[in-house]
Amino acid sequence: MNWSRRLINPVIDKEFRLRMRSTRSMLSVLFYILALGTIAMGFIYLFLYLGNRGPQRFDPQVSQMMFYVLSFAQLVLIAFMAPALTAGVISSEREKQTLSMLLTTQQSSSTIVLSKLVSALSFMALIVLATLPVYSIVFLYGGISPKQLISVFLFYLFVMLLLGALGVMFSTLFKRTIVAIIVTYGVGLIIFLVTGLLYLFFMGIEQRNMYVTGQPPVAGTHSWVGYLLGLNPAGAMMSLFDSSFSKEAFLLYGGNLNSKAPIELWLEFVIVYSVVIVLALWIAIRNIRPVARRRKGEEPAEQLPQDHSTSENGV
Amino acid sequence: MIEIRNLSKRYGTFHALKDISLYIEKGTVFGFVGPNGAGKSTTMSILATLMLPTSGVAKVGGYDVTRHPKEVRKRIGYMPDFFGVYDQLKATEYLHFYGASYGIPRAEREQLIPQLLELVNLTDKADTYVDSLSRGMKQRLCLARCLVHDPEVLILDEPASGLDPRARIEMREILKELKQMGKTIIISSHILPELAEMVDEIGVIEHGEMVAQGKVSDIQNRLRVTKVIHIRTLERGEELAEKLRDEPLVTSVLTDNTGVHVHYSGDDVQQSELLRKVISWEIPIVSFQEAQSNLEDVFLEITKGGPRE
Ligand SMILES: Nc1ncnc2c1ncn2[C@@H]1O[C@H](COP(=O)(O)OP(=O)(O)OP(=O)(O)O)[C@@H](O)[C@H]1O
Ligand SMILES: [Mg+2]
Repeated sequence: MNWSRRLINPVIDKEFRLRMRSTRSMLSVLFYILALGTIAMGFIYLFLYLGNRGPQRFDPQVSQMMFYVLSFAQLVLIAFMAPALTAGVISSEREKQTLSMLLTTQQSSSTIVLSKLVSALSFMALIVLATLPVYSIVFLYGGISPKQLISVFLFYLFVMLLLGALGVMFSTLFKRTIVAIIVTYGVGLIIFLVTGLLYLFFMGIEQRNMYVTGQPPVAGTHSWVGYLLGLNPAGAMMSLFDSSFSKEAFLLYGGNLNSKAPIELWLEFVIVYSVVIVLALWIAIRNIRPVARRRKGEEPAEQLPQDHSTSENGV
Repeated sequence: MIEIRNLSKRYGTFHALKDISLYIEKGTVFGFVGPNGAGKSTTMSILATLMLPTSGVAKVGGYDVTRHPKEVRKRIGYMPDFFGVYDQLKATEYLHFYGASYGIPRAEREQLIPQLLELVNLTDKADTYVDSLSRGMKQRLCLARCLVHDPEVLILDEPASGLDPRARIEMREILKELKQMGKTIIISSHILPELAEMVDEIGVIEHGEMVAQGKVSDIQNRLRVTKVIHIRTLERGEELAEKLRDEPLVTSVLTDNTGVHVHYSGDDVQQSELLRKVISWEIPIVSFQEAQSNLEDVFLEITKGGPRE
């Protein structure tokens, strides 16, 4: 009984109730699974009936490919879903004028922010888990280990945490939900697309430099450009599927295939973005209430800035 | 219980509060009156730890609002001027949520919530979703919400705004009950008569400055002896004002484009005499009316001799 009271604080309890009671939530589950299901069905249809060698057998290789396709499709769906579900958690309370009353309760700023994030994450996890039946098609034909599936789902959880933390942060920074959502999508776009494009761009330049200078790659060297791909969720996920992918990412054509990658892409992804997550949450928690700057003297500050201060007196 | 010393608040370059000082004893009902934009909500937000003052000190129960906000929050029940409700919650769940947010154990809440609903006359709406309640009901529910953690101080920002006369009376009855329970209440309004009946002390704020402050009985005594008579004429308003100034029971006369405002300290019989006299001057009078004593009159009345206390 005690653990559940500790785990389910009032804010989480309320968030769960509100979310599970709205028809919108149920509809989003429905459409999400429909979307992923359609992709799976489309894939099967394309391969089984439209292959250029006539109807094919659905062998483990094809099912592995299908697993990749589903996993990337799901990653894209998450990128669309996470900002929409998290960027409004604080600003919508402000818009509905319920925030001030919540802030005068005994709940700490960190409890409020983290509970809202956890509740949004739980809902997203529920949606993602609800797509498992779609994956069962893959398992029917083999070619994928449960370990791979679990690592992909854990990776999703991390991506949701990342986008969620950013969403919550922007939700506290901007007064209007719509602005917070748009900015979160913008940052999501940078993480998902711009990092990938930068990788391709700089890889091209590096590659050209190599040919122009005619310098043969030294054994054991790797290009710094590979780190860029580690910032991209798709790149990081690919390295989860295929352990040689990280190595290739750092490699220029003609390089030494035996040289090891300096870091696994997914590991880089997790490390770098863990810092981002912590930072975003810290900013969110600090911003939700006005915080007085702790002063050494007795007299109150001449000017107490509303948002920019250093200590966490209000937490 | 509440102590405000030289409190100032700036929004950018705009001075919303200028050096306000205020002291409210435990168990006092304090009425905060002022026109729109005077700074009532700003003061109350600062007391409710939602906003930091630019300078000055605000204390509730001895705790500084900027240094010990958590202690202050424990002691106050705050009702904002505009507030929303979570639409997917039922009235009891709504109160449970806030009760839990104040750390009240479930068993205690189970007992408390029916009592609160009883207090605000919402017992029959216990299982209704809050968004389907009427505005007045929401306001009463919000008041119940302020009370879940049994705070010593209630900060109510225009709790009666937007209510019909009947709902206002109901709200007033509830507040009287709370006063009897010994709560310190600070309540704002821009309508004085609404407050006059239930508050002990009153503070008038205008343009971020405290213009007057004192026991409501003092102010009421002043009000009782002088009433305001509003006379509208077709022409020769100034002449009428001149003549009225010489009348013995007239304390002051003001004219504006709506007519002549006479502060008069006579009783009804003397007033009817005055009317007869005014008519005898043959100035074309359209109406001769005793004005509702409103905030404006009180302002004029109180500020005449400069700020008191
Ligand atoms: N967030 C804000 N930013 C800038 N100015 C503000 C802000 N909030 C209030 N003000 C200004 O501060 C002044 C005082 O506002 P406040 O809300 O305290 O008035 P009030 O006495 O509550 O008025 P009302 O009777 O209309 O509720 C107003 O002139 C208002 O324009
Ligand atoms: Mg106000």
